[in-house]
Amino acid sequence: MAKKLRILLAKPGLDGHDRGIKVVARALRDAGMEVIYTGLHQTPEMIVEAAIQEDVDGIGLSILSGAHRTLFSKVLELMKERGIEDKLLFGGGIIPQEDVEALMKMGVGMLFGPGTPTQEIVKYVQKTFGVRETQ
Amino acid sequence: MSDRIKSEKENWEKKVASQDERNTFFNTVSGVPIEKLYTPDDIEKINYLEDLGFPGQYPFTRGVYDTMYRGRLWTMRMFSGFGSAEDTNKRYKYLMDHGQTGLSVAFDFPTLYGKDSDDPMSEGEVGKCGVAISSLHDMERLFDGIPLDKVSTSMTINGPAAILWAFYIAAAEKQGIHSKVLQGTIQNDILKEYIAQKSWLVPPEPSMRITVDTMAFGSEKVPKWNTISISGYHIREAGSTALQELAFTLADGFAYVEAGIQAGLDVDCFAPRFSFFFNSHLDFFEEIAKYRAARRIWAREMKNRYGARDPRSWRMRFHTQTAGCTLTAQQPENNIVRVAWQALAAVLGGTQSLHTNSMDETLALPSEKACLIALRTQQLIAHESGVTNTIDPLAGSYFIESLTDQLEEKAYDYFEKIKKLGGMIKAIEKGFPQREIAESAFRYQKAVDDKKRIVVGVNEHILHKEKLEIPILKINPEVEREQRRRLSELRKKRNARKVQTTLDDLRDACKSTENLMIPILEATRAYATLGEIAGVLKEIFGEYREPPIYW
Repeated sequence: MAKKLRILLAKPGLDGHDRGIKVVARALRDAGMEVIYTGLHQTPEMIVEAAIQEDVDGIGLSILSGAHRTLFSKVLELMKERGIEDKLLFGGGIIPQEDVEALMKMGVGMLFGPGTPTQEIVKYVQKTFGVRETQ
Repeated sequence: MSDRIKSEKENWEKKVASQDERNTFFNTVSGVPIEKLYTPDDIEKINYLEDLGFPGQYPFTRGVYDTMYRGRLWTMRMFSGFGSAEDTNKRYKYLMDHGQTGLSVAFDFPTLYGKDSDDPMSEGEVGKCGVAISSLHDMERLFDGIPLDKVSTSMTINGPAAILWAFYIAAAEKQGIHSKVLQGTIQNDILKEYIAQKSWLVPPEPSMRITVDTMAFGSEKVPKWNTISISGYHIREAGSTALQELAFTLADGFAYVEAGIQAGLDVDCFAPRFSFFFNSHLDFFEEIAKYRAARRIWAREMKNRYGARDPRSWRMRFHTQTAGCTLTAQQPENNIVRVAWQALAAVLGGTQSLHTNSMDETLALPSEKACLIALRTQQLIAHESGVTNTIDPLAGSYFIESLTDQLEEKAYDYFEKIKKLGGMIKAIEKGFPQREIAESAFRYQKAVDDKKRIVVGVNEHILHKEKLEIPILKINPEVEREQRRRLSELRKKRNARKVQTTLDDLRDACKSTENLMIPILEATRAYATLGEIAGVLKEIFGEYREPPIYW
């Protein structure tokens, strides 16, 4: 049996909106992945450290505070510094299209906005790692 | 019910029983089953005088004031704040020029957590989700040219509510205005922070002490101020049902009443200054029933359980905001329509003030245009729809009354569960409401994913290749740098010794039973910053850490 995908989900910064990330965590877990949720108020350093410690395949950030540009860039930068830039960094939240494009250009994966079906996120993660859909 | 109606109803039911319906089950958003038809049968149990009564009279089911909107319309209060104090000041003046009747301040995340704009954790967040206010100096600029004796101001602030309130009181002093005439609200509802919104400062117990201090200070020094706004809004946005919003909010309210009584205050001295804050979600009738049930439960419990004698303590006044979580990023113009009926539900439910969400809130903070349409929505309801011409026009509806009764009854089931857990604070520490809400949020999303719940533009009636045609507000990245610069200037300019002494006094007060509002106000006047004052509270009381909640 293939190794289970391990995904770290994190809330960086001071943003307390955790409804979405909890729903996504459960959907990924229901799809057979191992999900580690950091809880609130993580610094980029804490997130990258946790990703290394937990040896995850991907990191998902949820940001609804408007601080996405600063926080995604910082996490990306630290991932490079710590040599884990090969891991997937994706996310979601309230992120204007213009910023989505800029962040994706920097190397961030998909960013999901409000109204995204959870299955779309599940499929994206599975597809990224070449996992056949589990249905 | 007359036998004639009963037998006719049976005949009708037989006739329609075999006819196909769109769904197998019809439910409210909260899962209350909805019948095909409601008849006099469903309201037979209601005793008009005891259960409904007259507006402005116990149990206030029909409204808290004698004349309701025939006398005075609700306060149109748009929640706003972004960027610097100057940016927000400009937006306030714009909204007031267009007929807004009350102010409502949205603070940025650092402010909500009691952190200064130059705190390392504030990086990237300054002025993003609201306005950045780090000291009295910022508060003075926020209300520059706005006479604080003429407006009422609501401030969505919780963990550091006492501090921001002190900033406001001191800013008014600078305008030469005495605290006795100030009108407004601080949200100051820490319990729902642990449950839902998650912007806290210190653990529950010292938080409750600070809350009680603000209640006592307010009743003496700022008598027209609502010292707490017990909020279901965030509970709902976090994913609860209408029923859970109703039950948890009231349970929080009872916890504050109990804390006040325990601290030796007379219930009638603080309860009249309690206000509430509810969400208005999609299910039109359920929302209306929720407001009516909330008023009735509060009145009964205040009178019977807590022995309040002043009718003002029985009276639940509340603010409403339409449900941000129901807005869609897809075809955002559709949100204007969603907001309109949510606002209408709040009005038919008898709200005292209202915020209508802007259509672009799933994309960014509202643009000026989106904000104006949202305000206009309220004005259209107020002046064109005719619903304000009579009080509580839906009373007596078989459906509304029956739904009101059911929500009330089910709320009491929750009160019972909470009681068994040892009261609301214990229930929160055990993660009970948090788990209930997360479960409802997941179920709601699953229903949308499975298309059991249709969301127009999201899982049905989708526009492929959608092009965004509305303007999006951008926050100037200079705001953060400018805020930091101002703060460092302030730290240099102020009297450092006075700051130190007032902070030391606050530290001592924390260790005693003195009312903390007094030393906080002193530190504020000396231009101690938010982070410095909050720092003292955290130093003495500790910082709150969320218990891990498994969902």
